[in-house]
Amino acid sequence: MNVGLFIPCYVDQFYPNVGIATLRLLESLGVKVVFPMEQTCCGQPMANSGFQSLSAGCDKNFIRNFADCDVVVGPSGSCVLHLKEHLHSDEQPAEATRLRNNVYELCEFLTDVLKVEELPKARFPHRVGLHTSCHGQRGLKLSSMSELVAPKFSKPEHLLNLVDGLDLVPLSQPDECCGFGGTFCVFEEALSSKMGKDRVDDHLRHGAEVITGGDMSCLMQLEGVLRRQKSPVRVMHIAEILTSGN
Amino acid sequence: MDTASPKHAKAAEAFLRDEENTDWHNETLWFVRSKRDRAAQSLPEWEQLREQASQIKAHTLSKLDDYLIQLEENARQNGIIVHWAANGDEHNQIVLDIMRKHKATKIVKSKSMLTEECHLNPFLIKEGIEVIDTDLGERIVQLRNEPPSHIVLPAIHLKKKHIGDLFHIHLGTEAGATDPQYLTEAARIHLRQKFLLADVAITGVNFAIAETGGFVVCTNEGNADLGAHLAKVHIACMGIEKVIPQAEHLGVFLRLLARSATGQAVTTYSSHFRKPAPGQEMHLVLVDNGRTRQLASPDFRNSLKCIRCGACMNTCPVYRRSGGHSYHTAVAGPIGSILAPNIDMKEYADLPFASTLCGSCTNVCPVKIDIHQQLYKWRQVLGEAGAVESTKKVGMTGMDVLFSHPWLYRFAGRAGRWFMQKFPSLANKPSLNPWAIHRDMPKPPEQSFRDWYAQQNQKKNG
Repeated sequence: MNVGLFIPCYVDQFYPNVGIATLRLLESLGVKVVFPMEQTCCGQPMANSGFQSLSAGCDKNFIRNFADCDVVVGPSGSCVLHLKEHLHSDEQPAEATRLRNNVYELCEFLTDVLKVEELPKARFPHRVGLHTSCHGQRGLKLSSMSELVAPKFSKPEHLLNLVDGLDLVPLSQPDECCGFGGTFCVFEEALSSKMGKDRVDDHLRHGAEVITGGDMSCLMQLEGVLRRQKSPVRVMHIAEILTSGN
Repeated sequence: MDTASPKHAKAAEAFLRDEENTDWHNETLWFVRSKRDRAAQSLPEWEQLREQASQIKAHTLSKLDDYLIQLEENARQNGIIVHWAANGDEHNQIVLDIMRKHKATKIVKSKSMLTEECHLNPFLIKEGIEVIDTDLGERIVQLRNEPPSHIVLPAIHLKKKHIGDLFHIHLGTEAGATDPQYLTEAARIHLRQKFLLADVAITGVNFAIAETGGFVVCTNEGNADLGAHLAKVHIACMGIEKVIPQAEHLGVFLRLLARSATGQAVTTYSSHFRKPAPGQEMHLVLVDNGRTRQLASPDFRNSLKCIRCGACMNTCPVYRRSGGHSYHTAVAGPIGSILAPNIDMKEYADLPFASTLCGSCTNVCPVKIDIHQQLYKWRQVLGEAGAVESTKKVGMTGMDVLFSHPWLYRFAGRAGRWFMQKFPSLANKPSLNPWAIHRDMPKPPEQSFRDWYAQQNQKKNG
């Protein structure tokens, strides 16, 4: 299986350690991974702003980069969901469909494809709050949703529970949105900030030392609030926690 | 068409200035959402009920013309006078004509979002008619000269103190009174006088049944019943999407409606009206006002399934923190943001963007409307129509160029990180970067992931 590593633009530029952790995590599980160097962005910022028509260049670039890959794995539920729902090509419709059906969010790939049941080296003796991001949860169905009458499950939680010493804190509103929302965070700045603040408060009230999740964009939003508050609480992508102790 | 200004963002910012009040609003609505969750969880068949309701509505919409004709025929046979209105103005005129025919000057009205949508109250008041909203929350906002801020909880943006002050001025209650029992009783005395003197009662319609020609009105206060039974003339106003095929379908909707709206098992009064009482006159006004346009659009047709329970508002993290008035439309919140641009695309172009697309609205919707996906689709329609702010379009065109050219992206990334490292105060200046008003930017790393990756490969190979 030829696995292509998709590192979204903002992770590439601002959070290289998340990319490094994702790569190391996959390699430690025996997966051979390639990183196509010319990849850029999934096109979501334009599409969510009402300009899906302007994401054709991104789509084309994405398809060109990952044409050789059987599957694509990325550490971001939101970008992966966008690709799954909207990756499109007039010139190569079959290739676009193939990639749409074979792109995975990291936790999804670990639990559903690799069926990871143990992470022997992982150790993280801290109180951790899990921010369940909306696109991962409700879009990719990575975990059960509080609105539905359905059995409870969570793929990220399953993985975090494999980490030695990790203490997962409960939250009052486990699937409340963080308020990032792509360009919403700029165009609805006041609301977005308040939502971020409220989300951080829930984690702090329950004694989290670290806030984690599968979406660095949500975590960037929460980090922005925490740094402004000069809080000692950190954010870490789930890949960084799953590789800690290695 | 240039720039609809983002009215919602501005109104939300103003609402958020009183953070304590915002927190209270947020928590109050979350409390209702939690009640809804408990009520839904108490029915193991909840998801099947939602599916059934969604399918009944989809079927009805696919044959809407047939069912409306059937409804009209059966209603007429029952002795109900049926009217058709293409838009809000026609609807208002029909109501006025009925008033004039009876030389009537006083109306008691129970809650009807359709009449809000058609701006019936200001129209009638201008014609010299007294219109009294009899739902307690609606009466409160009416006394404040405000529209409802929520379709089920019209005065949810107000605290007991506000009501006390308002009633002191208008109803002569004691100054500073905040006891809900006392204030409610004062409102009851006030409203009873209005009920007794009214010539005409207007109600909304929650469900109209094609098979029987009857309709159902749901209220928790019984005000629709009191009005309709006392007045000589009852006018029921409904959007054409409120029809359902058969009486047997009602159970599905009545079980879903109250649980989704307030967490109650059933609305306190679910009153069935079938024909006028002896000596009474009953009218049914069927209103389109853009609904057939929405029906003709496959992308947005699903929104006509809405039964106006308000669950999407209670769960919406944006609505909870910005208040109903920030949506500047009769039906606020996620569903309103789909319905409003259909009525006036330019005026409401900001609303489909007043969402993070978190998807919670879609999950609570008792008739399974794909609300957040329709908001996404509206954004595309608005983008193509040139109805979004020109700055946004410029920004997105720039991003398109940047991300379509990997070398440019790499260069810009490096330049951006260099800039943030050298001039952190500029990158974090709120006037240049709205992100930095309430949040800090991430610390820019020395190296991007791809630079690190290239270096590793070089080490391995070299």
